[in-house]
Amino acid sequence: MAAPADTADTARRATTDRARRAEHSPSGGWRTIAAKELADHITSSRFLVLLLIVTVAAIVPMYFISSDISGAAPQLAGQPALFLALFVVGSPSLGNVAVVSFAALLVPLVGIAFGFDGINSERSQGTLSRLLAQPIHRDDVINGKFAAGIAVIAVMILTLVIVVAGLGMVRLGIVPTPEEIARIVVWAAATILYASFWLAFALLLSTVMRGTASAALVGFGTWLGLLLFGQFLLPLLANVLFPLDKADANSYLASTTAQATFMRISPSTLYGDIITAVLNPNTKTVLGVGNLGQYVSSQQQVPGLLSLDQSILLVWPQIVAMVAITVVLFALAYILFLRQEVRA
Amino acid sequence: MSEDRTTPSEPRRGGPRRRLRPNVGLEARPASAPRPASAAARHDADAVDETEEVDEAAAEPGDTAQAMPWEADANTGGAADGHPRRHRRTVAELLADVPDDAVIVTRRLTKKYGEFTAVDKLDLTIRRGEVFGLLGPNGAGKTTTVLMLLGLTEPTKGIVRVLGMDPTREPLAVKRQVGYLPDNVGFYGGMSGRENLRYTARLNGLGRREADAKIDELLHEVRLEDAAEKKAETYSRGMRQRLGIADALVKSPSVLILDEPTIAIDPSGVEELLALLRRLVAERSLTVMLSSHILGQVQSLCDRVGFYSAGKLVAAGPLEELAQGDDHVVELEVGVNGLPSAIDAVAAAIPGVTKVAPHERDERLRVVTASSDVAAPLATALAAQGLALVHLRRRGTDLLELYRRYVPEGIDGRAR
Repeated sequence: MAAPADTADTARRATTDRARRAEHSPSGGWRTIAAKELADHITSSRFLVLLLIVTVAAIVPMYFISSDISGAAPQLAGQPALFLALFVVGSPSLGNVAVVSFAALLVPLVGIAFGFDGINSERSQGTLSRLLAQPIHRDDVINGKFAAGIAVIAVMILTLVIVVAGLGMVRLGIVPTPEEIARIVVWAAATILYASFWLAFALLLSTVMRGTASAALVGFGTWLGLLLFGQFLLPLLANVLFPLDKADANSYLASTTAQATFMRISPSTLYGDIITAVLNPNTKTVLGVGNLGQYVSSQQQVPGLLSLDQSILLVWPQIVAMVAITVVLFALAYILFLRQEVRA
Repeated sequence: MSEDRTTPSEPRRGGPRRRLRPNVGLEARPASAPRPASAAARHDADAVDETEEVDEAAAEPGDTAQAMPWEADANTGGAADGHPRRHRRTVAELLADVPDDAVIVTRRLTKKYGEFTAVDKLDLTIRRGEVFGLLGPNGAGKTTTVLMLLGLTEPTKGIVRVLGMDPTREPLAVKRQVGYLPDNVGFYGGMSGRENLRYTARLNGLGRREADAKIDELLHEVRLEDAAEKKAETYSRGMRQRLGIADALVKSPSVLILDEPTIAIDPSGVEELLALLRRLVAERSLTVMLSSHILGQVQSLCDRVGFYSAGKLVAAGPLEELAQGDDHVVELEVGVNGLPSAIDAVAAAIPGVTKVAPHERDERLRVVTASSDVAAPLATALAAQGLALVHLRRRGTDLLELYRRYVPEGIDGRAR
């Protein structure tokens, strides 16, 4: 009884196999999704508003600092990495807020804005089951969304960099050296990475939380909380766990190390470290004291500038850590999405 | 829904349930049962292929199978690890009775969410070219079944074969050939209807020109050409549903699964949609499975229906066959333009009539029970007495009555 049915089964399978090979398989389902998502993002009002905010936030401090620099031109002649000052140095007339500080403030916003409704909006629109009924893998959906998010963030940040650098060249009348250009590129890449962290976080929220509004609230709340209280809470925690005794060098070292480690839980600290090192060749050490050697060198302040690769090496742990937490968050969102029931 | 659900296995009191012949059509259509005319016509091409084996297999008594404590593993077949007490059937054994032209097959298909059993040992066979209607109240497990057929949800136990493939293992191959209109279908509001379809076409790997031709044809078919460039968020429910059907057809599927296709559409929209579906099914020789909790639509569209209740398929078969119930009892509802009591004597005099009783809900009517269809002699007899017939209806032909008979929770899902 079983045998004829089996042969029938194999025969049927063979036919479908042939049919399958005949069609060209859409293996890059994520690319189709990413392309559609990117088009959605770029035509959205959300994109226009954020682009406007980011551009204004970049132009205003750049305008003030470039006036300051041209005013003090005679004294500054021959100063190394002057062009980078456009990004890093804040004008006193604007409360010393630099372009990078504005970017650091706004980038999480961009990341969250393009991720918080990634999955849950498909669900609430009723498009998720229709999408998943197409011959694509389920992870294509979340991969495509993540890729599209990174792409749109990259577009925004590159716009910002080009605007600032372009206007800076016009106003200052100086051209960046190749080294400076390389540093700016690295900074842009780090900024995209930082935004990707927030994007991954927002996508995670969009997977876990059914409502888009609540996902947005939690996302922006976390960003604001970290912004306002991160600076106080983490060192406080470190102090409680490793009490500081100024008389004892070991205790001092342990305490500051703990503080630095705790601060590095926060991605904003990691990002801060990275931009300090990358955009300022004078930086020999970042934030805390990683080890005794760095501690000593920070005390001695060897004169001279670091080359770009040395600067990157300085914050390599931070870069790796940021990649790691981004990957972990995305993996979490990925796994949760794959395990979720399609039905709401 | 999860609390105090009546145990599905609990037999219902009273007569009607006893009339249910267990497993009618649960297996492939019984050899003895005549095919409904429409299906037979469509099967012309492959009718020759049907061998005797199929019929033998179909004749396998379902009652004994039900009582056997066995199970099959979802993916591995479960035969490898022999269970000491239970006899586990292999996949081959379970699929032994599947006819050659079966498109959708489930055997002992079970889905559990924690303690709650959404689908309970479902055995379903849908053949090529058939239109199968899955009927049941909300929460009876219809959508869960559909999701398992598409590989969007993994079965807890049992076997699913769609076009001979296991959707859990080969989801892409299955989804390439199965068009799906989800329950409460949605579209990207910011995109036009055409753009939405184009996206689906791209996801199916269709080339641009090929896709555009296909989309034009489908938009014409579902009569949305005029609205094609409008944003999907401006569409009405009915339009969205029609766009959904076009969307399911973009990939030129051989199987179409429609989950509640007419839900929340106004009556004229439903009529239009059903006409569209009827036309599409006839033109494209699709195999269709549609789920619904609205009865009338299924009646006009389906070759066979299955009644679903609390995760179990309680009855399935061609509608006429289910409707007949017990062949030897015919119940007629009769009303005349006079006192209903006038019917009693007239009806009782007709040979074959066994009982005349007042109608349960309408005191103007009488229910005449007979051993054969006595409608014609009854009408003549009443006319001879000068009584004009204002109401005459044979019971059991209405899906609603079948529904009441087979689905203990009633239409709204509550226990009656």
